[in-house]
Amino acid sequence: MNIRRFVLIAVPYAWLLALFFIPFFIVLKISLSDLALAIPPYSPTVKDGILNMLSAFDFENFTFLASDDLYWKAYLSSLKIALISTVLALLVGYPMAYGMARAPDEWRPTLMMLVILPFWTSFLIRVYAWVGILSNEGLLNQLLLWVGWIDAPLAIMNTTTAVYIGIVYTYLPFMILPIYAALDRLDESLIEAAEDLGCSRTTAFWLVTVPLSRNGIIAGCFLVFIPALGEFVIPSLLGGSGTLMIGKVLFEEFFNNRDWPVASAVAVVLLLILIVPITLFQRNQQRQAEADT
Amino acid sequence: MSQTNFSPWDDPNGKPLIRFDNVTKKFGEFVAIDGLTLDIYEREFFALLGPSGCGKTTMMRMLAGFENPTSGTMELAGKNIAGVPPNKRAVNMMFQSYALFPHLTVWDNIAFGLKRGGVPKQQIGTRVEEMLKLTRLTKFARRKPHQISGGQRQRVALARSLAKAPKLLLLDEPLGALDKKLRQDTQFELMDIQESTGTTFVIVTHDQEEAMTVASRVAVMDEGRIIQVATPDRIYEAPNSVYVADFIGDVNIIEGTVKPAGEDLYHIDWNPNQAPLLAASERPFSDGQTAHLAIRPEKITISTEQPVDAKNTAKGTVLDIAYLGNLSTYYVQLEGGQIVKAQTANTRRLSRRSITWEDQVWISWSATAGVLLDQ
Repeated sequence: MNIRRFVLIAVPYAWLLALFFIPFFIVLKISLSDLALAIPPYSPTVKDGILNMLSAFDFENFTFLASDDLYWKAYLSSLKIALISTVLALLVGYPMAYGMARAPDEWRPTLMMLVILPFWTSFLIRVYAWVGILSNEGLLNQLLLWVGWIDAPLAIMNTTTAVYIGIVYTYLPFMILPIYAALDRLDESLIEAAEDLGCSRTTAFWLVTVPLSRNGIIAGCFLVFIPALGEFVIPSLLGGSGTLMIGKVLFEEFFNNRDWPVASAVAVVLLLILIVPITLFQRNQQRQAEADT
Repeated sequence: MSQTNFSPWDDPNGKPLIRFDNVTKKFGEFVAIDGLTLDIYEREFFALLGPSGCGKTTMMRMLAGFENPTSGTMELAGKNIAGVPPNKRAVNMMFQSYALFPHLTVWDNIAFGLKRGGVPKQQIGTRVEEMLKLTRLTKFARRKPHQISGGQRQRVALARSLAKAPKLLLLDEPLGALDKKLRQDTQFELMDIQESTGTTFVIVTHDQEEAMTVASRVAVMDEGRIIQVATPDRIYEAPNSVYVADFIGDVNIIEGTVKPAGEDLYHIDWNPNQAPLLAASERPFSDGQTAHLAIRPEKITISTEQPVDAKNTAKGTVLDIAYLGNLSTYYVQLEGGQIVKAQTANTRRLSRRSITWEDQVWISWSATAGVLLDQ
């Protein structure tokens, strides 16, 4: 085999090995060990000898996850929040993408810029900004009180609603961009053909526009769902104690309890859960690539 | 053949299917259609012919309902259709890009319009099968548009637009994407389908040969106006203007001043060094009027000796020969410097051709060969 080609292929694999597989196996190893009052805070370690270490491994942490209902409740709650956020992001994002695709040509770069613009500021700062908007003395409540629509401030901060707002806000561009890409490629004459064949504007939208932007919708949904499932920053800043999400549990297990093995087990299970949507997403992308050729 | 007697436009009591009355369409300041009046009759195969930007596509889009006239009335079967949306018109369109739905099979593409019309399920099935048979697509019913060839896609588009049995079918450059050979075959197929379904077809094209082949009447358009509407043979043999004569086929235009020379006969002074030409014209011209004599190259005879009984003759040199296989076009430079094209059928093999470059030749034509035009 050609050396240059080998090097070319080796680079991404080395990258994947260094940044995904090695860390993953370290986490997997920790998840199979026991908590210990030591540095690092688990045993056995490689210092005990490879064979001793391997024989001391067990699935105790995983059985613990299954027995304590906190964990599976957190997983289920995360799934629910991620799912609802994805649907909400789709409901908000699709009309925006549609509007962008239908906008006059000279407007499109500006609209695209506006969608990407939030990425220019730190994600953390933007989530903090929502604290200022949603809290009891926040901008939103002040505005509503001033207009006179409400008598007492709405308790949005530290509720699941705030988490939904945060997630939809943060991941909206990931929903808009793939849908916009799909709608932008849509041939206008297909809509005209549908109308010519007896569709009203609305039926033409459901029968032609939506099916033809399906791949964009699927891609957008996965791009929102996957990171939302393991989200930590948004629920911990906006969600308060009432919101149970696995990312938050993971963080507390790791930094507050300093229980690295259980935290690692939580992370491994989360990864296993994520493999399903990631595989489906990859398959969708592949099918789209095939359809394009 | 019924085609020979088919001329509803000559019947003074005939009711047109489509009537454009002084229709104008403006896009902002740009006038796309300028005060256009036109009747199209049932069962016609009507061709709108013109260069790009002449307004033919705008006219078609107005018929389909995608554009509304700025002023004037448009009638379909006696009813004003201005403002009626495309989905409420008994008009279907075959798009230039075909606009087949890529996510649906051939079968579902054809059934699309029927399903919108509330047709019972069983009838949809029968109708789709009928359409598939008509367009010879039965084998491809389950395929998606990207899995069939360009010619097949063209037929799917046709089947889909015919499925609802529209009163009027609009075809926007329907054969533009096909290669020449396939285009010629498809032209005859289109004519057959038009005849067997009895649907009125309006076709938009910039290909004059295509318009001449398929159409019962051709409308030649330029800058939002119709210059001439007539049967293909009238358009070719009796154009009403230099524009039409020049747009359709090949033509020699000779400009000169007219002098009457008997009943419906005129002399044309065109070159002080040459004898005046003689041309017959039913259209009257006054003495001294400037006129253009349009003569098709194939109506000019080329010979090596001076013809004795020809009404119009001129001597010249062969400047160039365009060999087209079945025909040859000779570019003859006359003594006044003007170049005239003369065409002959190559009934003999090329090696036995009697006229070649730089030969002194005589060209001749009869008094009725050309058309005398005033503009």
